[in-house]
Amino acid sequence: MNTEKSTIRKIYEWHEARLPIVSWLDHSLGTKYPVPRNLNYWWNFGSLAMFMLAVMIFSGIFLAMNYTPHVTMAFDSVERIMRDVNYGWLIRYMHANGASFFFIVVYIHILRGMYYGSYKAPREVLWWIGLLIYLAMMATGFLGYVLPWGQMSFWGATVITNLFSAIPLVGDSIVTLLWGGFSVDNPTLNRFFSLHYLLPFVIVGLVFLHIWALHVPGANNPLGIDAAPADKIPFFPYYVAKDVFGLAVFVVIYFAVVFWAPNLLGDPVNYVKANPLVTPAHIVPEWYYLPFYTILKAIPNKLLGVIAMFGSILIMFALPWLDTSRVRSASFRPVFRVFFWIFVANALMLGWCGAQLPEGLPVILGRIGAFWYFFHLVILLPMLGWLETPKPLPTSISQSVLKAAE
Amino acid sequence: MKKLLLAAAAVAALNVSSTSLRAAEHEAHPPKEDWSFNGVLGEFDREQVQRGFQVYKEICSACHSLNYVAFRNLETLGYSEAQIKTLAATYDIDDGPNDQGEMFKRKGKASDRFPHPFPNEQAARLANNGALPPDLSLMTKAREGGPDYVYHLMLGYEDAPAGFHLLEGLSYNKYFPGNQIGMPKQISDGVVTFADGSPNDAAHIAKDVTAFLHWAAEPKLEARHSTGLRVTLYALLFAVLAFFYKRRLWKNIPH
Repeated sequence: MNTEKSTIRKIYEWHEARLPIVSWLDHSLGTKYPVPRNLNYWWNFGSLAMFMLAVMIFSGIFLAMNYTPHVTMAFDSVERIMRDVNYGWLIRYMHANGASFFFIVVYIHILRGMYYGSYKAPREVLWWIGLLIYLAMMATGFLGYVLPWGQMSFWGATVITNLFSAIPLVGDSIVTLLWGGFSVDNPTLNRFFSLHYLLPFVIVGLVFLHIWALHVPGANNPLGIDAAPADKIPFFPYYVAKDVFGLAVFVVIYFAVVFWAPNLLGDPVNYVKANPLVTPAHIVPEWYYLPFYTILKAIPNKLLGVIAMFGSILIMFALPWLDTSRVRSASFRPVFRVFFWIFVANALMLGWCGAQLPEGLPVILGRIGAFWYFFHLVILLPMLGWLETPKPLPTSISQSVLKAAE
Repeated sequence: MKKLLLAAAAVAALNVSSTSLRAAEHEAHPPKEDWSFNGVLGEFDREQVQRGFQVYKEICSACHSLNYVAFRNLETLGYSEAQIKTLAATYDIDDGPNDQGEMFKRKGKASDRFPHPFPNEQAARLANNGALPPDLSLMTKAREGGPDYVYHLMLGYEDAPAGFHLLEGLSYNKYFPGNQIGMPKQISDGVVTFADGSPNDAAHIAKDVTAFLHWAAEPKLEARHSTGLRVTLYALLFAVLAFFYKRRLWKNIPH
């Protein structure tokens, strides 16, 4: 056997002694990162979210090379991308639909965390950083939707920025600052473009913190019990292979929409150039904001509506303490599990209401749904923790896994 | 003005009132049509789109612009470079200023976009009873219902039902939001004669011009479909291989 080290090995060791970046990667997402062996496919959505973030940043950089952030040229520059830039149509459709798919993936990721109690001790900070990522995504998505300067871009920007005018005393000044003037106009578009380019990199930074916070306690698992060292397998190759398979399936669905229904999730009105003198008949935000839009609309007072809307997301920061149960996984909480799915159905209903004309049934359902959203989080969750009798937990992951294998 | 805009936006957002929105419920829903560009490998029917272009040229272009389409784009419809140059030269294009500081007219070139039928919005409104004919380059993507809506709108003119208050100069259209449209009926049997002898009843003319408008709105549709099929099949194959690799790797790991 040749004990002599190869030249490449020597260079590698020389470099690792100075900046151990390969070891760092190996510990982060490689062979030195132990993960519970029993993760199901719902655990694929974290890596899918990271993939979508990369898709959005890369496609966005190329769009920015051809986009002009000026009120007289923005809409035309987007059409130039669609017609004259090589594969511009592909880059733009990937970016526009990518936003939707990023949100789909992140919503599933969040709901997975809620079902399996991934927010509970010792993962509270991990949960908080995830919520910060989500908030940054909401802001980025809103800013980006304004850039094509279509009718819904303009009127969406007008409506959403006006929400801040509900803040007493300083509200109007904040709105003027956001606009860079006294109406949504060129300064607004310029600052939105600048911030839309900035925030994704803030998200990248938060993703680093998210993964760091994940590595301290390690990943949760479908049983929600702490994993013994023997119950863990290295992330590489096992979960890398599983994530790659999940990614391939996801990409097929994403591409099906990009190539055959690229305008399915968009509003047709945004193919009309922005016109400050013509208000669209029905101003609707993108689908991923609709549940919160319904909560805003459910309360017939502007300030209280705005508070409820922002509160509906901010309250999630308190979720680790609102949920008083010590049991993490819903698999062992028969009553919680039922209410979890009611919560999901309620969120979907809120989304549906948000897209409807504000009259009749959608208004009533919207109010019931908004009430239920808060009722679930503030009243039901603490009560369930005290009243519910959870099923007995397995003593270890291997016990549960081996029993299932019999 | 600003206050008015804010009020309008606030109304729309917070739903203080929505009486004006109720009208939106009376329009008929346009039925789905069979288009050659639908489907996984859907393509434009070149001859149909060429006929549609003729309809646009002879009828629509009197009032409607086609801002984002250049003469050179027609090459993908099967016109030769020489045909396009000849066609472009039949248009007068505003250019300038020249060395004397004057604007001047010149013959169109392949790189020019279709010229506007009116010098500006005010002139367009003056000629159209106050209504502004919208640009048609994105029309089939800019309306709910897409090409189906555009097609049926052109054929959807009817007598207003009894008791319907139709404003002066407007026409009743069962598909138009609010049912009162500024554009009078344009497409009827025989308004265009096709050189290839294709049927020229109203339905066929409307169908052909809608196909042309969809080409104008989505000129890269064919590349999108063919690229999409290759990319998606590749991803599917990759998914199958990844599945078998994952399964083999995990074979001896109870999980």
